[in-house]
Amino acid sequence: MDAIIIQILNGLDKGSAYALIALGLTLIFGTLGVVNFAHGALFMIGAFCAVTLQRILTLSTVTIDETQKDFLGNPLKVETPYVVNWFGDSAGNSIIDWSVPLAIILAIPVMLFIGYAMERGLIKHFYKRPHADQILVTFGLAIVIQEIVKLFFGANPIPTPAPDMFAGSLDFGVMLGFDPNAIIYPYWRLIYFAFAAIIIGAVFAFLQFTTFGMVVRAGMADRETVGLLGIDIDKRFTVMFGIAAAVAGLAGGMYTPINPPNYHMGMDFLVLSFVVVVVGGMGSLPGAVLAGFLLGILESFASTTWATTTVPGINQIVIYLVAIIVLLTRPRGLMGRKGVMED
Amino acid sequence: MLGLNTRDASLFVIVVILALTAPFLLNPFPAESSLAQFNAGYPDLMQRFAIYGIFAIGFNILFGLTGYLSFGHAAFLGVGSYAAVWMFKLLNYNILPAVILSVIVGGLFALLIGYISLRRSGIYFSILTLAFAQMSFALAYSVLTPITNGETGLQVYTDDPQYLQSADAPSIPHLFGVTMRSTQDIDFGAWSFSFNAGYYVCAVMMIVMFYLSIRIFRSPFGMMLRAIKTNQTRMNYTGLNPRPYTLAAFVISGMYAGLAGGLLAAMDPLAGAERMQWTASGEVVLMTILGGAGTLLGPVLGAGFIKYFENIFSKINENVLHQWFAFLPDGLEDFLVTILYPFVGKGWHLTLGLLFMLVVIFLPGGLMEGGQRIGRIFRKREKKPEVRAKDPEHHPKPSPHVA
Repeated sequence: MDAIIIQILNGLDKGSAYALIALGLTLIFGTLGVVNFAHGALFMIGAFCAVTLQRILTLSTVTIDETQKDFLGNPLKVETPYVVNWFGDSAGNSIIDWSVPLAIILAIPVMLFIGYAMERGLIKHFYKRPHADQILVTFGLAIVIQEIVKLFFGANPIPTPAPDMFAGSLDFGVMLGFDPNAIIYPYWRLIYFAFAAIIIGAVFAFLQFTTFGMVVRAGMADRETVGLLGIDIDKRFTVMFGIAAAVAGLAGGMYTPINPPNYHMGMDFLVLSFVVVVVGGMGSLPGAVLAGFLLGILESFASTTWATTTVPGINQIVIYLVAIIVLLTRPRGLMGRKGVMED
Repeated sequence: MLGLNTRDASLFVIVVILALTAPFLLNPFPAESSLAQFNAGYPDLMQRFAIYGIFAIGFNILFGLTGYLSFGHAAFLGVGSYAAVWMFKLLNYNILPAVILSVIVGGLFALLIGYISLRRSGIYFSILTLAFAQMSFALAYSVLTPITNGETGLQVYTDDPQYLQSADAPSIPHLFGVTMRSTQDIDFGAWSFSFNAGYYVCAVMMIVMFYLSIRIFRSPFGMMLRAIKTNQTRMNYTGLNPRPYTLAAFVISGMYAGLAGGLLAAMDPLAGAERMQWTASGEVVLMTILGGAGTLLGPVLGAGFIKYFENIFSKINENVLHQWFAFLPDGLEDFLVTILYPFVGKGWHLTLGLLFMLVVIFLPGGLMEGGQRIGRIFRKREKKPEVRAKDPEHHPKPSPHVA
């Protein structure tokens, strides 16, 4: 029993990342009808927002401290970050410590802007072109973004730790009456899951309960009629693209303590997220979220020793296997609508 | 000639001449000059031109004709390589059985994957092929290590059986005694040209495959494939089942990829799983689109273009840039070098990505379309252009409007 719970928990954080990326992909696809291969790159940019903020916060003045000597006997150079100078020791250090959650504040405007610019500058011109062209141009864009990030941050993963407060693990088993240490789960993963749940809830609430969201949903159902009613639907769809980019960026930024970001992390996630979208059903938002969590949990179950000894290598291929089975038995995915991308 | 019409025949003859004289054409700069780094006439690179040319020609038969965008073609290249190395391990270093087996294995693997993937079309097909390729990649790395030798890559060891290896045969890949590495260097004044046996094997293969692809393009079968791209629903209504045709195209392109993989292994008897990764599949898509999907020559051009820049651009480093701009004032020189540096050397992927985006945005027909546009500009200047369809037989006159 505890083994099952621990696998479900392990699957949740990866599943949250899949679900968030897949949600953004589906939003873009459902509104604009564009297959965005650069979405993984947006996830990666979000992660590097956190890295950038960390770098900015740790910008330091170097002073030579004559009282201390290093091992060669030279006066020690002491680096003091500006924020420590400005806010004092404890406040400054805790700001640096909290750089990953603070990155949310940076990531939202940055990602909204990038999404907006991307849609207006590039994607807009591809609505009338075939899906293959959209895939290809966004694929090219993903390569370009990836290389630019590599240029600035290098090719190695950059460790970005979570705040100290969340460094430990939660003994989850004790709460449920198991032995101590039977189920331990890092705090940050729990937070990531909660964060993902909030974001997903916020996106759904936005679509469901605001006038803006209502118009967008109407536009998703019948773009032409909404246009005929005198609503500038394109403008709203552009905003939705920005929101989708922000969702991907936040997912990436908060994921950095779990997986140190490198320039090709986006591509690694993208391939899987596409599989998730297809399993969930192209164009179905709940489907994307459901499939994201489902596949994340399935993947974690497949990497248990029991599974890998029964079917060797299952942990590597389980997601693709599920995708193949779903596509062949339920071609529209778990919750796909009729007539989406069927030509 | 050879069952080709005049236009195709002249195109074919040009390709044959270019392929056979490539060692001359690709070394236009004297060996000692500062421009020698732009020379592409060394065996390794020329072999890659021909091999990836074959790969792209095969991919084009599927994507260019039927419009099915496969994101998993590298899997066939990978299994082709593995098959070839296994033939080296079991029989001997003669490349003929190795290449034949790699074509067969590539075809069979394509039959299996195609049979399942082609149940769906559009993006679903792309994702299915991608999923299969990633699966093969993951399996080759982990569980199938006894067959693929995992991360190390499959290679021939001295204790391999090699049942047919005779004592006097060379112990590197060869074709009936002629080793693939044997190279004849000819110096001609300041120029030096190298003629490599391996390159000529690949080039001849490429020529044969190019000929086959022309025949496929012009055959009724090729017409049927185009019909699938143009309007599959209509094809269904006329009582034709598109599935067998697309499957055949998929298998043919899988065999091309298998052949390319086999040749890669024949030039260098080593096969690694990274050849199957999806980035490798993406590369062949880039080549085909960059050259011009659906055209005969495009894929070969695209493959040559990408492989050339991969090798030449990535070799340019900061010092070389400084040399080039040495004639400029220092400040300007440094400025230009700083600007250009991210685009060359290790950053050449950035150039590739930008170039690719530009091509997709402005030249959906690839380099071939670019060439045609330039050609049209020149022809317009010379004389009034005659309005005629490229292929009058297949572009019927627009019918008069009804009602």
